[in-house]
Amino acid sequence: MEPKDIANLIKDKYPEELKEIKEFRGQVSVVMRKDRIKEIMQYLHEAPELYFNFLEDLCGVDYLGKKEPRFEVVYHLFSLRHRHMIRIKAGVPEEDASIDSIVGIWTGADWHERECFDLFGINFKGHPDLRRILLPEDWEGHPLRKDYPLQSVRGEKEWHGYKETMELAEKNRRYEVR
Amino acid sequence: MPATEKDIQTKDLTISLGPQHPATHGVLRVVLDLDGERVLKCTPYVGYLHRGVEKLAENMTYLSALPLTDRLDYVSSMSNNVGYCLAIERLFGIEAPERAKYIRTMMCEMTRISSHIIGISTHALDIGAMTLFLYSFRERETLMDLFEMICGARLTVSYPRIGGVRNDVTQEFLDRLYAFTEEFPKTIEQEYETLLNENRIWKQRTQGIGVISAEEAISWGLTGPTLRGSGVPYDVRRFAPYDAYDKVEFNVPVGKKGDVYDRYLCRMEEMKQSNSIIRQCIEQLPKGPIITPDAPKFTLPAKDRVLTDMESLIHQFVLITKGPISAPEGEIYVATEVPKGELGYYIISDGSGRPYRMRLRAPSFVHISALPVFCREALVADVIANIGTIDIVLGECDR
Repeated sequence: MEPKDIANLIKDKYPEELKEIKEFRGQVSVVMRKDRIKEIMQYLHEAPELYFNFLEDLCGVDYLGKKEPRFEVVYHLFSLRHRHMIRIKAGVPEEDASIDSIVGIWTGADWHERECFDLFGINFKGHPDLRRILLPEDWEGHPLRKDYPLQSVRGEKEWHGYKETMELAEKNRRYEVR
Repeated sequence: MPATEKDIQTKDLTISLGPQHPATHGVLRVVLDLDGERVLKCTPYVGYLHRGVEKLAENMTYLSALPLTDRLDYVSSMSNNVGYCLAIERLFGIEAPERAKYIRTMMCEMTRISSHIIGISTHALDIGAMTLFLYSFRERETLMDLFEMICGARLTVSYPRIGGVRNDVTQEFLDRLYAFTEEFPKTIEQEYETLLNENRIWKQRTQGIGVISAEEAISWGLTGPTLRGSGVPYDVRRFAPYDAYDKVEFNVPVGKKGDVYDRYLCRMEEMKQSNSIIRQCIEQLPKGPIITPDAPKFTLPAKDRVLTDMESLIHQFVLITKGPISAPEGEIYVATEVPKGELGYYIISDGSGRPYRMRLRAPSFVHISALPVFCREALVADVIANIGTIDIVLGECDR
């Protein structure tokens, strides 16, 4: 099925949930509200004419100062049977940064959601094991947010692991060959 | 008096495998809950190599983010570069010339062979079959020398460019590569396969181990040979051909049972297919330019032109400081088939010369997340076999 037709199908099925449909270079994005996202995903996964059985990717985007709501969770779905693809986006506001987890539909969403939680601070409701994944457990902040600095400005309040490594490097400097 | 079964106290044991363990192919930590030799629960921990590639790329121009992609899966850097270049090309709406497409296809397949060589041979090394490792690195060395010949680097190549490739291939390079492709299938059949295919120990360690069904594999989002071992013929080169893949003939090998042995056979067969693709590319290689005429907007001009030509100097200056200024606003997801599986680049552009967001869908990340499924009812020794079979590189997983 053509991406445009899939988007129209979603539009007919969930008219009040849909915000807009965008097309760029043949790829169609469907922007939805987040409240019934799990139900919509279940429909996309199970409807025989769509049958999106493969979750290619799940990620977050931060549109700080560009768009409201601030965050978006982006799903890339693919159907191995029909060989078509669609991109679903769900807006997530900053004050209530949470969205339903879809681990129950595609088990592979597990780590993607953990990563999104780790780097953006978006809470996935109903996730079985929502912990930080790439960063240490006691890390502060969410690095992929646009207001997180590229280079640390924390000085004394730096993460303890970094401080320990630097102290060790300082201590080992006396073994350097001059 | 001999102790009866009742007298012996048993308890579950938790051990931490890694992060520095030779069989984890990098810095992966797996926490295992054990009842004797049996694995009750397996929890992988990643992130030891996290460098924030996605964050870094947001602060770089499209051109300068290219070398970052080398450092993801550092044993197949050429395919990562090609994926990135394709994504940017599609974002800008340009296309590489025919000759560049063939060269890229050729390079991707060379990378696939060298990555599968590492994958299989270290996998075999972990399980105890050491000989293959020593034999196969000889072939890998030939390929590395060829990479060095064309771009001066062996691992982090950064050879493809947005809109083409950096250098043209020489006749000497093609001759040497062609000579390699003539020998390589024989080497696989006479050496690699004789060592492992019917090896009794190898078969006992791999057959019926780490079984995953097709439905489960799809639901977990597995890709590449790890998915195809379960009998799902999903290959991005077939489903959405890019570069010259629609002009060459190749088979997509699939397994039946979805165990470690079937995935191993898939990789072996894929190497032969890659070999045949390289041969077809060399035979069909068209003449012509290697970089698109739009390239001045995207790619640095040659150094000698910069020093003599005013236009080129301006291009160089603008590209380095601002990036390609004519970026359209939009977003694109481009998937390519790298040796490990499907590598996806999701790029959002806000019209400036830098990517607003660059997301990497790394196959290794997805594959490690499914490790607990592979290790159901496994023994400790099978965990090592399972880590080998999903063919991971932690640089790509942790980004």
